[in-house]
Amino acid sequence: MKYLGITLEKPKVGVFGFTGCEGCQLQIANKEETLADLLGAIEIRNFRLISSDKNDDYDVAFVEGSITTADEVARLKKIREQAKILVAMGACACLGGVHNLRSRFPLEETVEAVYGDHPIESRAVSRVSDVVTVDIELPGCPISKPEFEWLVRHLILGIKPQFPQYSVCVECKQRLNTCVLDMGVLCLGPVTRGGCNAICPRNRFGCWGCRGPAEEANFESLIQILRDHGFSERKIAERANFFNAFNGVEAIPAMEKSTSP
Amino acid sequence: MKVKVEEPINIEVEHIARVEGHGNIQISIENGELVNCSWDVVETPRFFEVMFRGLSIEMAPLLASRICGICSISHALASARAAERALQIRVPKIAQNVRLLAKHAETLQSHTLHLFFLVAPDLLDVGSVIPVLKSHPEIIQMATQLKGYANQASDLFAGRTSHPMAIQVGGVTQVPRKSQLWSLLQDLESIMPTLWKALDIFKTLPFPDFERETEFVSLRGEGHYPFIGGDLISSDGVHKEEDAYLAMTNEYLVDTSTSKLCKLSRESFAVGALARFNNNSAWLHPQAKVVADELGLKAPTYNPFHHNLAQLVECFHVAYESQEMIATLLDSDLTYFMAPYQAKAGAGVGAIEAPRGILYHSFETNEQGVILRSDCVIPTGQNHANIHHDLQALVPVLAAEGVGESEISKQAQMLVRAYDPCISCSVH
Repeated sequence: MKYLGITLEKPKVGVFGFTGCEGCQLQIANKEETLADLLGAIEIRNFRLISSDKNDDYDVAFVEGSITTADEVARLKKIREQAKILVAMGACACLGGVHNLRSRFPLEETVEAVYGDHPIESRAVSRVSDVVTVDIELPGCPISKPEFEWLVRHLILGIKPQFPQYSVCVECKQRLNTCVLDMGVLCLGPVTRGGCNAICPRNRFGCWGCRGPAEEANFESLIQILRDHGFSERKIAERANFFNAFNGVEAIPAMEKSTSP
Repeated sequence: MKVKVEEPINIEVEHIARVEGHGNIQISIENGELVNCSWDVVETPRFFEVMFRGLSIEMAPLLASRICGICSISHALASARAAERALQIRVPKIAQNVRLLAKHAETLQSHTLHLFFLVAPDLLDVGSVIPVLKSHPEIIQMATQLKGYANQASDLFAGRTSHPMAIQVGGVTQVPRKSQLWSLLQDLESIMPTLWKALDIFKTLPFPDFERETEFVSLRGEGHYPFIGGDLISSDGVHKEEDAYLAMTNEYLVDTSTSKLCKLSRESFAVGALARFNNNSAWLHPQAKVVADELGLKAPTYNPFHHNLAQLVECFHVAYESQEMIATLLDSDLTYFMAPYQAKAGAGVGAIEAPRGILYHSFETNEQGVILRSDCVIPTGQNHANIHHDLQALVPVLAAEGVGESEISKQAQMLVRAYDPCISCSVH
């Protein structure tokens, strides 16, 4: 493959799923109009969702899902040993994602609530970066295919990707969307980092922060604005904690913890 | 049971490929005897039933969609329906139509993904869709067109293909503009010839000839081929109301699976495209009936590999029905699509025919509309036991025919794949 007269190597890629819905992996196989180009630009070495051909000689590992068992910790460490570049892909891998909603309850009671006294192994929800070093975080729930392709172009060209740090509002305004807050819809766009092309507000639905915090986000002001719009503490807490995106931000109201799931 | 082959056969497929999620196949045959043959689900549990608790009911469709990246529209619909029945909300007619169109888009998207990207490589004897790009570009081109339309329709009716945001408790957040509907209708018309070409191809592909009689469970058609809500039936004659879904599922646990299993009148039952076809083929769109005839598919059919053919029949059904529904929307007043509602205490069940079979969500709320209890029974969870028993019936037949180890392994994997299992879903 040549680009500007320079021969480029196809990155050898592995795609791996852990605790999650495989929706991010699916995005890679989706968007058919560019699928053939994508599969021509990289060499898929290991991607169980779409291929029975398995090869553990890969340079770039895309890792989806959060980590919730000892077996997953071991598998992830092995992938880290092999991969030159490890990409955490999606909200579960980058933030822990929706799985963190179960962290409101003690683990033992959680397992018992679903499986009774049947033995099932599980542990507290970890992000990929809690277990191994992550080189690149590709955000979103799910990831966006255009952004994945944009990242792959960077990997092929050997350029460090610079993800947007500005808020969702920037792209939302560029698309000339009516502000959903003014329509009475709760939105975290002002504090969430962009790059998603404001897909949720575009569909008259507020942003839920799946991509994590924007740079220089003013949480205090947004929370005050949400309160002024009449949203209850419960509603604000539920939305802002949904993906575990603002973990440790003081201004964000916490969710109720409970001992009995 | 006695089989001809005397060579010991040991097959261990760890994390079978081209299915969603993680499952293993184990087969061992010694001295011609089938010693072990099992389908084991090793997916990591996520505990969604616990995650729902303490959230406002309006959050349910959003969290539920995260159960599955492929059938997230179905999960959002099942949760929205359960919530609406718990809170006694009447969903506006326009919203119901938009939801069914989103559902049809998902069915077409999911079935074509399965047939072209996951199943076709087996029939062409390659490991994945990647070599097919070179060897059979016409097949990829078809898949591209069909999936391309389905994704576009999902975007328009649900917001996006995975984790939709437009399906909310009470209705939908918006309805496409008529200009968008008009343009989508033209795109849909343009893929119809592609669908018929796909039929010509799948007619010629060799599906294994194997039968095992089983029970089929689905929604009950009344005047239409059912996808959203209604009574529940089985081919063994069980008939229940939607709220009584637990009597259809009877979940139980075994040591070899992190998914719960289900049973009804026998040791196992099947859900999905073939179950829907077997129970409701009378209600298929006339064009889909033509397709079933051309494929030689007649209800009841007991060949599990015919799940694939039933999926193709359903692709025609949803495409033709979508055409009619979009035309109706173009003639409708599209202004009322979200019902206002008050939080209250209640309990409700939502049953949806997801691409892989009947899906149930159930919620109980308190006066503030906060979820106290939730339950999700997943299509693939209902199919696991049937897959297991199919394998136990298929393998001795193959061994008795003197089929070698690699072919047994291949057909066993094809059998699992025929059900289009969504394993992460089943271990939600």
